[in-house]
Amino acid sequence: MGGSITAIGMGLAVIGGSIGIGLIGSKAMDAIARQPEAVGDIRSNMILTAALVEGIALISLILSYILK
Amino acid sequence: MKKIHFFKVLMLALFVSFGVVGFAQHGEEHQAEEHAGKEANSHEEEFNLAEEALAHIANANAIHVFGDFYIPLPAILYAPGHGWTTFLTSKFDAHHHGNGEKAIDHYVMKHGVIHRIADESFPYGEVNIDGFTHGKIEKDGQEKEVAYAVVDGKNYLLDEKTTLDGGMLGGGKTSYMDFSLTKGAVTMLLVLLLFFWLFRAVAKGYEKNEGKAPSGVQSLMEPVILFIRDEVAIPFIGEKKYEKYFPFLLSLFFFILGLNLIGQFPIAGNVTGNFSFTMVLAIITALYVNFSGNKNYWEHVLWMPGVPSVLKVLILTPVEILGVFIKPFTLMLRLFANIAAGHIVLVAFVGLIFIFGHSGESVGGAVGGTVMAYLLSLFMMAVELLVAFVQAFVFTLLAAAYFGAATEEAHH
Repeated sequence: MGGSITAIGMGLAVIGGSIGIGLIGSKAMDAIARQPEAVGDIRSNMILTAALVEGIALISLILSYILK
Repeated sequence: MKKIHFFKVLMLALFVSFGVVGFAQHGEEHQAEEHAGKEANSHEEEFNLAEEALAHIANANAIHVFGDFYIPLPAILYAPGHGWTTFLTSKFDAHHHGNGEKAIDHYVMKHGVIHRIADESFPYGEVNIDGFTHGKIEKDGQEKEVAYAVVDGKNYLLDEKTTLDGGMLGGGKTSYMDFSLTKGAVTMLLVLLLFFWLFRAVAKGYEKNEGKAPSGVQSLMEPVILFIRDEVAIPFIGEKKYEKYFPFLLSLFFFILGLNLIGQFPIAGNVTGNFSFTMVLAIITALYVNFSGNKNYWEHVLWMPGVPSVLKVLILTPVEILGVFIKPFTLMLRLFANIAAGHIVLVAFVGLIFIFGHSGESVGGAVGGTVMAYLLSLFMMAVELLVAFVQAFVFTLLAAAYFGAATEEAHH
């Protein structure tokens, strides 16, 4: 696999996805700290949003894997 | 309370160990094959992780259980000029990683998948083959990797099967079509039968316990069904109209969930991580959404009210029409990518054993790799369990959102 430009693409996809999920996580922590009684709702919404963001990163990952 | 917790952790660990052992055994055998191949073929092959991972998540024509033991599946093949050929795939005598030792009427099995030898000089009937080898040919100005079957020192080119689009999307038309009951199809039928039985029991429970508390498997399913109704169907489609689409949403959710979960087992097929499967699901959803779209929905797609005509023609209408196709496309890719990526990562972690062990040359590296692979796969399979639920939920939720958009009444 080494030395191909798709490896760079995979890396970029991971960077984008991790920034997005990091933001979601940090905001969720803020929200939980502000309103601890809403922790259940916030957690499930956090996981859902993270899954949507992760989906985009994974799509580019898979495409770079297949179209190498 | 603490005891239950301990029990849960134990069950998870057992489940994951089972998975890791299953995958690792697969790899080990691959390694053995590589050694045999080196001696017999004098053609060296390095451990190629990308190729290995894609072969592991692909559909196959036989179910690999362990070692040389395969559950045969029916093969139903059609080649123009020769006609239909049907037999059980055990006839291929598969050894070593799903490579068949026999060719039957031009068909051979490589990596568990049936290929056809297009060369007409090849004899029909049962022929012993010595092995497989790889090569590169020039096609349409591009270098393409191809495989050959070796018989009596002569290489015969293997044909890929014709894709369902008739070769229009770049797959190319080849010499045969495969209608076989594959590993994925069998897994899907199994899940269908299981769920038919399960939900018949639930439905009978509702007839029996009308007006009373649920019992048995009914109480296991009721919270999930209510969750989909109260968190997905009603908020997105609305109190009045959700009942029409609720059965479809429930079917989507449980079908995807069941296939995601069964895909975690090493022997079962990977169905939701298969492009064609998610494509069919997305197309069915898109057709249902667009055929249930009311006047209001199509007005918003084709001629958005309250926007200057220039903007409508130049930007909004093209974008909205594109959106009709992009929505199912992302549905398809999201489910496929999440499940396939999980499986690829698992194979990659197990592949650490062979990367650190230099294909059996360094024992210390292999042991270190095994420890690492075990811990990382443990983590990954726990994540995969979560992803199985979340992706089934996300697919249902987005489908519900599209239904909601298609059936919304005008309110301005």
